[in-house]
Amino acid sequence: MERILFGDNQFFAVNHISDSKSREQSIKFKDDSAIMKVLDDAINAGINTFMCTTHDRIANICDIIRANPEKYNDFKIFPCMPYAHKYANAVTELGIAGTLKQYVPGNFFGSLFKGGMAYLSKDYESIMELMIDAEMKMFKGINTPVIWLQNVITDLLLGLRAYDVLVAFHVYIKKKYNAEAGFITMNMPKLVEVLEKGGVENPIICSSINKAGFRMSGGKEIYEETLKTKKFRAVAMQVLGGGAINPKEALEYVCALPNIESILFGASSKGNIENTVSIIHSFDKKIMLETN
Amino acid sequence: MLKIALIGAGKMGISHLSILGGYADADIVGVCDTSKMVTDFLSKQGKFNCFADYNKMIAETKPDAVVVAVPTKFHYSIIKDLLEKNINVFAEKPFCLNYEQSEELVALAAKNNLVNQVGYHNKFIGTFKEVKRIAESGALGDIYHFIGESYGPVVLKKKAETWRSDPAEGGGCLLDYASHVIDLLNGILSPVKSAKGTLLKSIYSGKVEDAVYSLLEMQSGQTGLLSVNWSDDTYRKMSTSVTLVGTQGKLISDANELKVFFKEDNALAGYSKGWNVKYITELQDSVDFYLRGEEYSAQLDYFVKAAKGEVPNNINNFASAANTDKAISIIRNNSK
Repeated sequence: MERILFGDNQFFAVNHISDSKSREQSIKFKDDSAIMKVLDDAINAGINTFMCTTHDRIANICDIIRANPEKYNDFKIFPCMPYAHKYANAVTELGIAGTLKQYVPGNFFGSLFKGGMAYLSKDYESIMELMIDAEMKMFKGINTPVIWLQNVITDLLLGLRAYDVLVAFHVYIKKKYNAEAGFITMNMPKLVEVLEKGGVENPIICSSINKAGFRMSGGKEIYEETLKTKKFRAVAMQVLGGGAINPKEALEYVCALPNIESILFGASSKGNIENTVSIIHSFDKKIMLETN
Repeated sequence: MLKIALIGAGKMGISHLSILGGYADADIVGVCDTSKMVTDFLSKQGKFNCFADYNKMIAETKPDAVVVAVPTKFHYSIIKDLLEKNINVFAEKPFCLNYEQSEELVALAAKNNLVNQVGYHNKFIGTFKEVKRIAESGALGDIYHFIGESYGPVVLKKKAETWRSDPAEGGGCLLDYASHVIDLLNGILSPVKSAKGTLLKSIYSGKVEDAVYSLLEMQSGQTGLLSVNWSDDTYRKMSTSVTLVGTQGKLISDANELKVFFKEDNALAGYSKGWNVKYITELQDSVDFYLRGEEYSAQLDYFVKAAKGEVPNNINNFASAANTDKAISIIRNNSK
């Protein structure tokens, strides 16, 4: 993974500290061309990986990338699935089984589950696989070396102790897509422990890591301890603590932590992208010189 | 350790179960749901002890507390049964379909000295907690107007009917959506006393309202506007906000950002004259296990602590949720 990954929250009006800012973003990125322009700015600043949710509009972005193979030759997408809001309403209205019946492609339910038959573990895995394939359709022909499970699902499964499903995600992504599975979580230390026990070697895990301790469940100290002592490939997100921390201070903290392979951030302007990239590089350089 | 069980593993039930599963201080002794697909998954994967009949679950597992997340129309009978069996109850919102039933359950819980809570999670959001603190401090002066708003994309076109389109099942924007804002206003100011004019608008739904606009008077005499619309697709998800206008200042807050204007310095410690902005990042306590917002974890943590006698059981108790049910009834009657 590259040191810096570019995120997509700003494109889809996801803002963790301001509803009014999120409306401004929604206006600014109404057209796909506005998204492409910022992606091009990121590429020009040396970032070649776009980590994005499987939002409907990403399908359009994928079309543009496929249509310009030379320009986007080195460009990689890290898909994060699923876009949970798509399903949330259906779950409230139709229940869990009703939602799966609506969204799982094919006639899986109709053919298999007539009457009160028991469900087997492999049935749940098949459901998961069908849903992954449906979400991955839009990325056909695009380089997707890491495929992520969104935090709301990772953490839901973690709390339900459905550890086998997390491991099955890892196995299926490797087998079917020849890619690495990544897990986004708000409970990093707990997930690291579970994946380690499940035999997933050196897993890729993305979590909130910031100086303010924001969304670092259980506390900053246990996160720092886990980074120091456990074997996994960490990606830091929400490094600016939702924008509440001074960027320089925020990035200095993250760059100085051990074992962080990549830093994920999003920005809407060329200036902010270039500024963040240059701050990360300068702290990385400083730390390299200090450790040598 | 507190023995806790779940009745109803739909969207909210599963969410509560996951949070409790990641929580160190409770022992989940049983899960009850009518969907075999769901219970098979939970018993195979999480090794939860699953049941299709809640009476059987209660008899076998003897929980100290139960989370009730079944459809609202079943709340009254199931909760009443649990309270009669001396079990502490956390129920999903809204509490009951009519407030006479809510008040009966309030009395029963009090009589049996049981801990009781309803899932109005907004009260556990740091910004809204601070709004309540500011309102109660008197720093805004005489609060002569308020606006409680909530908008989101729930019903965006005419579609096949589900429970959501049936008022007898707890459907409609007033019960399902506006209840959150009403409950928040009840908590920040005082319970709704009367409605001065109400419009319940059906936009896409046939039998229920999709928007609620109402002028309210609270028991404390404060008046203001409730404006809620669940057919608004300019919002990515439900967005709730509160505005308070007073003689000494004005406050506007949503779940993420609190902006408050004070006419004078020293109105309140930590705030100065003019606009002050505070973000959720500095107002929210962190939780041990996070699923979908700190407030969902915090409310269950509070319930477990209340059941263990460590906190007073005065946030979101049945009595407060019954006030919200009563306000819903006042607003509905006013629209007729």
